[in-house]
Amino acid sequence: MIPLRKRAAYVIRGGRVIDPANNIDSTTDLYVQRGKIVGIGTAPDDYTADHEIHAQGMVVCPGLVDLSTRLREPGNEHKATIESETRAAAAGGITTLCCPPDTYPIIDTPAVVELIRHRTEQAGFARVVTLGALTKELKGERLTEAAALKQAGCVGLSNALLPLSNTQVQRRAYEYAATFDITVFIHAEDFWLANGGCAHEGAISTRMGLPAIPAAAETAAVARDLALIEQTGVRAHFCHLTTARAVQMVARAQYDGLPVSADVAAPYLYLTDVDLVGFNAQCHVQPPLRGQHDREALRAGLARGTLSALCSDHQPHEADAKLAPFISTAPGISGIDTLLSLGLRLIDENLLTLPEVIERMTLGPARILGLDQQGVGSLSIGKPADIVVFDPNQTWRVNATTLNSAGHNTPFMNWELKGQVTHTLLGGKLVFQRKG
Amino acid sequence: MNHAELQMDAQGRLRHFLTIEGLSRQLVTDILDTAESFSGVTEQTVKKVPLLRGKTIVNLFFEASTRTRTTFELAAKRLSADVLNMNISASSTAKGETLLDTLRNLEAMHVDMFVVRHAESGAAHFIAQHVAPHVSVINGGDGRHAHPTQAMLDMFTIRRVKGPDFGRLSIAIVGDLLHSRVARSQIHALNILNAGEVRVVAPRTLIPADAASLGVHVYNNFEEGIRDVDVIMMLRLQRERMQGALLPSEHEYFRLFGLTEKRLALAKPDVTVMHPGPINRGVEMDSQVADGPHSVILAQVTHGIAVRMAVMSMAMGQKAQSGEGSA
Repeated sequence: MIPLRKRAAYVIRGGRVIDPANNIDSTTDLYVQRGKIVGIGTAPDDYTADHEIHAQGMVVCPGLVDLSTRLREPGNEHKATIESETRAAAAGGITTLCCPPDTYPIIDTPAVVELIRHRTEQAGFARVVTLGALTKELKGERLTEAAALKQAGCVGLSNALLPLSNTQVQRRAYEYAATFDITVFIHAEDFWLANGGCAHEGAISTRMGLPAIPAAAETAAVARDLALIEQTGVRAHFCHLTTARAVQMVARAQYDGLPVSADVAAPYLYLTDVDLVGFNAQCHVQPPLRGQHDREALRAGLARGTLSALCSDHQPHEADAKLAPFISTAPGISGIDTLLSLGLRLIDENLLTLPEVIERMTLGPARILGLDQQGVGSLSIGKPADIVVFDPNQTWRVNATTLNSAGHNTPFMNWELKGQVTHTLLGGKLVFQRKG
Repeated sequence: MNHAELQMDAQGRLRHFLTIEGLSRQLVTDILDTAESFSGVTEQTVKKVPLLRGKTIVNLFFEASTRTRTTFELAAKRLSADVLNMNISASSTAKGETLLDTLRNLEAMHVDMFVVRHAESGAAHFIAQHVAPHVSVINGGDGRHAHPTQAMLDMFTIRRVKGPDFGRLSIAIVGDLLHSRVARSQIHALNILNAGEVRVVAPRTLIPADAASLGVHVYNNFEEGIRDVDVIMMLRLQRERMQGALLPSEHEYFRLFGLTEKRLALAKPDVTVMHPGPINRGVEMDSQVADGPHSVILAQVTHGIAVRMAVMSMAMGQKAQSGEGSA
């Protein structure tokens, strides 16, 4: 890493600067020096710029914060690496991303946290924070050393996509996390109701003969989890909700004052189970794509703020992982390249304003990760200069050439999307600049 | 890619036969008519036509089957094709060879057609999407999704017994609809042929979600479900289903949903009873019914050969004129 004092000073001129954290939305200049934001509109007295970025017609906002990004390293480097995915993140405008604990080895000891940090710093393209495993080896039985994981830098604990063996373990795990003021990140899916299924239970799964996952797999889990959140007082976050009813339950819990948040992953705002027709393995995701009614409720939940973050739920795969009959394919979508554009598309669909979309991808997730006080997800003066400059009107086509992630598994292949990053600064360092 | 794009060519002819869903009534009728012309062949002493001479057909069975594989094999042989039977158990795929690798290896042996049976829904679609352009794929049953040749032989049987007007028929499909690829294909076929009424009859644990969206009436009471129907199509109920949370016992299932002579009297007097086999006697139906005058279960098996000959020859672009052939 280049020492902060030696980092070049950038002035980003004439862009529309949007910073929801500080209520800023104006066309102005942004000054960066020694890795930090030093001025908006006016430069500090002794300021001299080394580089100018011309941002006329561009949006200048905090670097995006992605709540769920699988990097596949350590353990699955044939799918992707920390280097490949953080590089893609920078090209997609993401400067902070959160890695779930289901790497191999699993993030259940400080050593694995340290390994990921080391590899991330070597690559140097993004900030990577980690979720520690809630139970040893994610087996759902024994607690991990939560305090040690927190000390090592984990921003929360999670059992990833795997179930806890019983509600007693769940209760104790939540209590233990609450002891150290750690947020638990929950994949709300009842293991028994999901029953190894691969599609939303409804007319489509019936027609296609696919083993189905009922909406109740999510709602039963959310109801149980909320009861234990209330019992234990733990702060909790529901990852990638998919059902209308679960959004409603979380809204109610928030109204009642429970410390719960929730997010939605971008593909669920655009796709439904109908997209599985023809056995399209690119739409095989866990939890499954649900019906139209659920999709509309997720959109409304994001607009109202019940769902306070929009994430990629990035799961890159090698091509072979999707080359099998639907059920045998690996679930997951590579989403890091399309997150910003799919978010911006909500503006054209009249769901959110530009500042709102940016809020859901910056300050919203930063708060969930507890990183907002450190300046992540904002453009506060004196804080690290994590900044993205993008052209909101530039269109691009999703294809093998435009995707930067090692995983090309996306159901949005050949879609024309709008919004393209031109520059990404990480701690005042230029980590991405679009060529040509 | 939807079903039609995958299994039809630009002229609307069969290229693969993966599912009944989306086929036109004309095409379904063509298949039945072609099968009718072949059924002469199966009843004559000369049993072969040379339509697929020089062609190689591989029966690619990833799941055990006797009846379906045998009738496909007989059908292929009666069309003068060379037939290779490959029973690929789960253990050999567990050695690490992917389905696609298996397929590529067989393709390298200059195969013209695959008949595929696989435990996973969508397997035949997957194979059809990845075979060389000249290769046809016939779905011999994929997971819970489709078993289109079984449904066609059932339609053939109904047409033989009841005549070509499906519009006046009321048909009940009884049993484990949740897991049944046969039922899904039967329902599509019956609706395409404009059947008067299609009912599905089972306890709620065996009815898939939103079943009515398939174009059926759902009955949870057996007596009501078969009252005044013209055809009862029983489904196979696998024994392992009766020990989990789906059904309490064989005994209770037979008591409530078993087809007995007494219950059969609730249907039309000339009701036809069908079953795709193999039958669990005393679970799905009584032996008296299975072997009785209303049963056409063995005729279904016989018809399977002609129907599979029709589908295979049509998919190979050799729409046979009639059973007389040149043999």
